[in-house]
Amino acid sequence: MSTDDLTEDLTRNTANAPPELLTRSFFFLCAVLSIFTTLAIIALLVTEAAKFFSVTAPLMGIEGETASVVEFLTGTEWIIGEGKFGVLALVTSTVMVTLGSAIIALPLGVATAIYLSEYADPQVRSLLKPALEILAGVPTVVYGFFALIYITPALRTVFPSIGTFNLLSASIVVGIMIIPMVASISEDAMSAVPDDLRQAGYGMGATKFEVSTGIVVPAALSGILSSFILALSRAIGETMAVTVAAGAQAKFHNPFNPAAYLDGGSPMTATMVNLLTGDITGGGLAYRSLFAIGLTLFVITFAMNVISELVAQRYREEY
Amino acid sequence: MSQENMSNDNVESPTEDPTDDDMLLETDVTSGLEEGTQGSRTTHERTIVEAKDVNVWYNQDQALRDITMQVPENKVTAMIGPSGCGKSTFLRCINRMNDMIDAARVEGELYLGEKNVYDDDVDPVALRRRVGMVFQKPNPFPKSIYDNVAYGLNIQDIGGDHDAIVEESLKRAALWDEVKDQLDESGLDLSGGQQQRLCIARAIAPDPEVILMDEPASALDPVATSKIEDLIDELAEDYTVIIVTHNMQQAARISDKTAVFLTGGELVEFGDTKKIFENPDNERVEDYITGKFG
Ligand SMILES: Nc1ncnc2c1ncn2[C@@H]1O[C@H](COP(=O)(O)OP(=O)(O)O)[C@@H](O)[C@H]1O
Ligand SMILES: [Mg+2]
Repeated sequence: MSTDDLTEDLTRNTANAPPELLTRSFFFLCAVLSIFTTLAIIALLVTEAAKFFSVTAPLMGIEGETASVVEFLTGTEWIIGEGKFGVLALVTSTVMVTLGSAIIALPLGVATAIYLSEYADPQVRSLLKPALEILAGVPTVVYGFFALIYITPALRTVFPSIGTFNLLSASIVVGIMIIPMVASISEDAMSAVPDDLRQAGYGMGATKFEVSTGIVVPAALSGILSSFILALSRAIGETMAVTVAAGAQAKFHNPFNPAAYLDGGSPMTATMVNLLTGDITGGGLAYRSLFAIGLTLFVITFAMNVISELVAQRYREEY
Repeated sequence: MSQENMSNDNVESPTEDPTDDDMLLETDVTSGLEEGTQGSRTTHERTIVEAKDVNVWYNQDQALRDITMQVPENKVTAMIGPSGCGKSTFLRCINRMNDMIDAARVEGELYLGEKNVYDDDVDPVALRRRVGMVFQKPNPFPKSIYDNVAYGLNIQDIGGDHDAIVEESLKRAALWDEVKDQLDESGLDLSGGQQQRLCIARAIAPDPEVILMDEPASALDPVATSKIEDLIDELAEDYTVIIVTHNMQQAARISDKTAVFLTGGELVEFGDTKKIFENPDNERVEDYITGKFG
C-alpha cells in the first residue's frame, strides 16, 4: 500500500458519513420527541392547574370561580357541590393506602426475595420468578374487583361494621399488587451479591439465616430500598384498584388511626377518575380541580423519585 | 455437642500443662532458630487434622484419591501442586465447605482432634466455627472494619471485651497500626493487601483451632505478599495453619511441612518442607519442584 493510500485511509471521516449522520439524527429525534411530550404534559398540568387557583387565574385570563391555594392545601373537606376543595381529604386516603400496602408488601416482598435468592433451589426459582412477573401483569382493575368481591366480605367476618368501600381492603389489595415488584427487584439485588461474601460468612460458621439476613440483605440494601420506593410510588399512583375498592366518598382521616381504615375514602387518583367519569362540564372549576390534584400527585411522585435517586447514591452497592 | 467434644479434646488438654508448654516455647524458640532446625516451635508434634483415605468426586469426576495425611498442631503446613490437582478441594473438606457444592461427594474419614468431622452428628456450622478460613480473593464484608473482625464474635455469641478482642486480632494480623483510627470505616476502603489481613483478623478473632488459607496472597502484590508471609509465620505460634499455594518458593519460605499434590488428585509426598525441597523421595515431586514437571 502506498503512503498516499494510507494517508487517505487514515483521514477518512467515518463519523460524518451519510449512514452515521442519518442514524445519529434519528436517535436524536426520538430522544427529543420523548422529552418534549413529557415536558408538554407537565406544562399542561401547570397551566391548567394555574387556572384553578385564585392567585394565578387572572394571569391566565380566567374570570369567575377560583379556589384559594391555602384552602386547597390545608382544607380537610372535598365537596365539589359546596365549592370546598381541601386536597388533604384526598391526600390522607392516598397516604393510608400507601402506608397500609407498605406494611403488607415490604416485609412480605423482602421475605419472598430472600427465599427466592437464598433458599429456593434453582428449579423452584425458575418457576416462581416468572410466576411473580405474571402476577405483576394482571390488570389492576381486576385487583379492584377482587378486593370488592373477596377481601371486603372476608374482612366483614372480622369487622362487621366495615363499609362496602373501605381503605383497609384497598390497602390489602394494593399491597398484594406491589409484592411482586418488591420481591422481584430485591431478588435481583440479592442475586447480584457476589458469592464470595456468602462463602466468607459460611466459612465463619454462620448459618444460612445469618448469611441471608446479616450479609446478603445489607449488601443488597440499595437495591432493596429502591424497590421500596418504586413500590411506594406505584401505590401512590395506583388508580383502578383503589377506585373500585376504596370508593368515591372523599373524607379526611387520621392515617395513624387504625379504625379509620375500616371507613371509605377517595384517594387522589380515585377522585380524578370519578371527576372524569362524572358529569362535569369542560372549563368549570371542578374540571380544573382535576389538574390541581394531578399537579399535587406529580409533585409527590417526583419527590419520591428524587429520594430514590439520593438513596441509591447513599447506599450504592460497594462490594 | 460436637463443638463441646472438640473443645474438650483440643483446647483443654493443652491447658492442663500450659506452663510447661509455654516455658518450652520461651526458651526453645531462640536456641532452635540459632541452630537452624526445623520445627523449633514446639518440641513434640501433635496431630490436629488427620485425613484417612479421603476421596472426593464432583459428579463422576474424581478430584481427590485416597488422601491420607496427618497435619501437626501449631505448624504451617503447605499444600502445593499444579492447578486443578485438588488442593482447594482438600482444604474445603476440612471445614466441610464442600457440603455446599451439590456436585461434590466426600468419602473417607477426616479427623479434627479426635472427632471425624464427617460423622453424622457433626454440625458443619459448629465445625466452621472452630476452623477459620481465608480465601484466595480478599472478601471482607461490606461493613466497618470493626464489624468485620467482630463478626464471628457476634454470630457465635462470644462474650468478653469485644473491643479488646478486635484490637488483639488486628494486631496479630499486623493491621492494627494502619487502621486503628478508622475502625468505623468500611473494610472495602482498604487496599487489597490490607483487606486480606482484615480477613485474617476476622478469621482469628473467634480463636479457631485451625486456619485454612487458600492461596491467600495470589491476588496481592509482592510487598503485600511478604507481609502476609511474615504474618503466617507468627500465627503458627498459636494456630495451626494449613495453606494452599501454587508458589513453591512461598511454601519453602513459610511452611514446616509440605504436601505435594499432583494432577489426578493424588497426594504424592508429604513431609518436612526441608526434605521435600532438598531431597524428595518421589521422582515426580523432584521434577515438579525443579520445574521439569510435564
Ligand atoms: N465446584 C466444582 N464443581 C465441579 N468440579 C470442580 C469444582 N471445584 C473443583 N472442581 C474440579 O476439581 C478438580 C480440583 O479442583 P481444585 O480443588 O479447585 O484444584 P486446585 O485448587 O488444586 O487448583 C478440578 O479438576 C476442578 O475442575
Ligand atoms: Mg485452588
